[in-house]
Amino acid sequence: MSFLLTATAALPALGAIATAAVPAAKRNAAKWLALIVSLATLVLAAIVLVRFDPGGDRYQLTESHAWIKDFGVRYELGVDGIAVALIALTALLIPFIILAGWHDADPLETGNKRWRPTQGFFALILAVEAMVIISFEATDVFLFYIFFEAMLIPMYFLIGGFGDRAHEHGEEAASTQRSYAAVKFLLYNLAGGLIMLAAVIGFYVVAGHFSLQTIAENGVPEMATSTERWLFLGFFFAFAVKAPLWPLHTWLPNAMQESTAPVAVLITAVVDKVGTFAMLRFCLQLFPEASKWATPAILVLALISIIYGALLAVGQRDMKRLVAYASISHFGFIIMGIFAMTSQGQSGATLYMVNHGISTAALMLVAGFLISRRGSRLIADYGGVQKVAPVLAGTFLIGGLATLSLPGLAPFVSEFLVLVGTFARYPVIGIIATLGIVLAALYTLVLYQRTMTGPVKAEVEGMPDLRVRELVVVAPLVVLLIFLGVYPKPVTDIVNPAVKQTLSDVQKQDPKPEVEAAK
Amino acid sequence: MSASAVHSLWTTAATDPIDKIGAPDIEYGQLSPTLIVIGAAIIGILIEAFVPRKIRYYAQVFVSVVALAAAFAAVVALAAGGYGTTKAGIAAMGAIAVDGPALFLQGTILLAGILGVFTFAERRLDPAAHGNKVDSFAAQAASVPGSDSEKAAVKAGFATTEVFPLLLFAIGGMLIFPAANDLLTLFIALEVFSLPLYLLCAVARRKRLMSQEAAVKYFLLGAFASAFTLFGIALLYGYAGSVSYATIAQVVDGTVAEITPALAGTMGNDALLLIGTAMVVMGLLFKVGAVPFHMWTPDVYQGAPTPVTGFMAAATKVAAFGALLRLLYVVLPGLRWDWRPVMWAVAIVTMLGGAIVAITQTDIKRLLAYSSIAHAGFILAGVIATSPDGVSSVLFYLGAYSFVTIGAFAVVTLVRDAGGEATHLSKWAGLGRRSPLVAAVFAVFLLAFAGIPLTSGFAGKFAVFKAAAEGGAGAIVVVGVISSAIAAFFYIRVIVLMFFSEPRPEGPTVAVPSPLTMTAIGVGVVVTLVLGVAPQYFLDLAGQAGTFVR
Repeated sequence: MSFLLTATAALPALGAIATAAVPAAKRNAAKWLALIVSLATLVLAAIVLVRFDPGGDRYQLTESHAWIKDFGVRYELGVDGIAVALIALTALLIPFIILAGWHDADPLETGNKRWRPTQGFFALILAVEAMVIISFEATDVFLFYIFFEAMLIPMYFLIGGFGDRAHEHGEEAASTQRSYAAVKFLLYNLAGGLIMLAAVIGFYVVAGHFSLQTIAENGVPEMATSTERWLFLGFFFAFAVKAPLWPLHTWLPNAMQESTAPVAVLITAVVDKVGTFAMLRFCLQLFPEASKWATPAILVLALISIIYGALLAVGQRDMKRLVAYASISHFGFIIMGIFAMTSQGQSGATLYMVNHGISTAALMLVAGFLISRRGSRLIADYGGVQKVAPVLAGTFLIGGLATLSLPGLAPFVSEFLVLVGTFARYPVIGIIATLGIVLAALYTLVLYQRTMTGPVKAEVEGMPDLRVRELVVVAPLVVLLIFLGVYPKPVTDIVNPAVKQTLSDVQKQDPKPEVEAAK
Repeated sequence: MSASAVHSLWTTAATDPIDKIGAPDIEYGQLSPTLIVIGAAIIGILIEAFVPRKIRYYAQVFVSVVALAAAFAAVVALAAGGYGTTKAGIAAMGAIAVDGPALFLQGTILLAGILGVFTFAERRLDPAAHGNKVDSFAAQAASVPGSDSEKAAVKAGFATTEVFPLLLFAIGGMLIFPAANDLLTLFIALEVFSLPLYLLCAVARRKRLMSQEAAVKYFLLGAFASAFTLFGIALLYGYAGSVSYATIAQVVDGTVAEITPALAGTMGNDALLLIGTAMVVMGLLFKVGAVPFHMWTPDVYQGAPTPVTGFMAAATKVAAFGALLRLLYVVLPGLRWDWRPVMWAVAIVTMLGGAIVAITQTDIKRLLAYSSIAHAGFILAGVIATSPDGVSSVLFYLGAYSFVTIGAFAVVTLVRDAGGEATHLSKWAGLGRRSPLVAAVFAVFLLAFAGIPLTSGFAGKFAVFKAAAEGGAGAIVVVGVISSAIAAFFYIRVIVLMFFSEPRPEGPTVAVPSPLTMTAIGVGVVVTLVLGVAPQYFLDLAGQAGTFVR
């Protein structure tokens, strides 16, 4: 029995406590502490990645301890390929998020000794990291649920307490809208979580335990068809809010718009992944029959998400809202890939989760740097930036091209896989979904054109290019985007066996190709 | 434990010739927790009469804390001696049951009582008047508010130290209430703990008229409910020919057919049983504050001195739910097909009613009052389960809830402005900026109320909902989670207000309390987090205590 998985989650949790305890005057110490802790977590995640054997058991590096006997709850951790990939993504992104948000929480007023926003900001980010990692690791439904829910609290404070300082209507309005966004985020997710709680309890009544590892050995507990469907819906509802899937998506644009760019990345690139991950791990594994039963409806919702999100992204005036709606569109692709029930679709969806994390981080963080320079989120306030700050504009372009899945950049591979996988089983849905790519090209290129090209606006004049800290954030992400675009094999190798197993859980085989392969 | 071992004081007296009444057989050891507390209350009265005014406060606090701690030690000793499980039995000639649920609830009430004494004894929050430290209670409860005699009393440095014996009497009654094993003991215990509480509600130092109004409302409605209970008891006596729980249960089951000659006309009449049950249960539902018997809660919670509110909200609920559980599980299991649908309905309207009305509240104490109503609904969901799991889940919930409640109200006492406690929600704006620690602690309590994982509120909620779902009440669970979602809204609204709103320039300050209130709050936080993260030990405790003796 190893404690590696526990350590990977516990380290940022302890780091969060330590960061929160740093005295008010030592603001910079808190930042460095958080950064070091997040880098150390990255090291641990890398060890997990190395120790994980893609050809080995389904759940590896497992830990199992009794926890709350009365509720049948065990402290059970274990990772499959999908979890490993997402843990690596999370651990990878957090240092960039911390670095990007280096000055976001510097206190405006220094007179109040008790108010220590900086320490709080970085401690909350680390707390979120810990909870996200442990939800990827948990193989006990209840354990997962606890952190799935508890994660909302630090997220809520990050959104509501540390908003974007660039606001068109001044600080008063910003404060109101910020707490509105935070409350909306929390209520949506809490409602989803509580519905799931009813389903979790129902699952316990049926199964008598919560352990995925037991299920992997003994098979899914017997349950009546209608029970299975209700429980599936309870779980899926929570994940669909988190993911977010149309029509439960409306919290995301508010939350991303009002929070600082690093926090927006944290929401969409890290926390929301728990939702799509949980669909794969819990919905499909615990309720295979109900998952197949619900597939058509979910595919339609995913398709609506893709088109609707992309259409709304085209019409946004606010950069961060635009990225939010683009993300909704992308989450549609991920969910479509999961429920297409083909190996390409699900591998693509998992890969998509990783790539979307990286590409959104790149785009959003650069957008954040841009916004912090000009103090406005409105697209119309910019123009000609590429002449003033060419490096900024260049990285912004790469982030944008990744978002529209340009071949050669990482998201292309995953989007292609998802579309192929969906087309194999549901050709019509696959065809309509390709519209999403066209729209993506529209909204990213228009965004780039309006902000970066054209005559240099007066306010943009003299805008500094990316600083060293900002380059350190962006450069690795860009490198990764290109690397995984050309050579996605490292990720797919890890992910594929897990996807095969998930598919065998739902007893689906890939449809036979209609055209025989050339001998 | 067997049915034959059960005596009924009252029926024996009616049938045997008078000269045969012997001395009652009292198990002093098993009753010691109650006896210690009531004895201390009487000592408290003597202190009021004979001890010089200056040291009364110290004497009273000392006696109260020592007595409650001793009583708690007695409860622990009894539980360790097996009186909660193997040696559980009926004491005091059939009047009192000493069993797992009784001991668990008595322990909870005593701990709540100790923390209650701490908050009662707090004298650092209000600025000193005429050089005398003052607590939350009126200098002289009998003087008319605003009159010269009140001013004179304040100037003389009087203090209503009677609150301590009153508190002890209330705790004594509460200790008997969940252990009462016949209807008359139940009623007497009800009155013994209610009357001191009515008085305690009336003695606030600030906003005295509001406090007195609250007390009068509480008293009138409470007396009304008591009358119902008493009437119901009479009807049940008519039905069963006995007030003993065991005997009534046997008559309900049909295992006892002998008819008391004087009651031949009424015995076994189901109409009496149903109406009588409904009335007694109504009285108990009034005490737990379940809809539609909840009307008193917001006014009383708001008007009463906050330490009293905190204690009352925690301990009364524990005692009353204990009595309700015993009544339903011991006396009326044979009738559960009749009472379950009714309790279903009560639980549903209580959960939804409490949660929905709370949304519109603007006063923190009223908000917590409605929240307590919603919690009563959640606890009822566990009561309905009619299984040992149901009992232990309710016990666990009550234990978890009472510490959160006392802690939360203790925090309310800290936030003050010139007019005393600043309970209007708008005044709490930006508290998180000015006093991050106090706001964070209050946020922990609110999150526990909302049932967020890793707090005791979640463990408790999960326990009762699990028991309800296993008992076939899936619909209750669904309503429960929906009302939890509604309830989450207003808890979160307070958190938003504290952390995300700009502080108001003339806003309240946070008083630095003495170690007494700090202890109450600290214990509340620790228990909330421990029960949230590692609840197994306490679930075991509640699980072992899940069986009633009959």
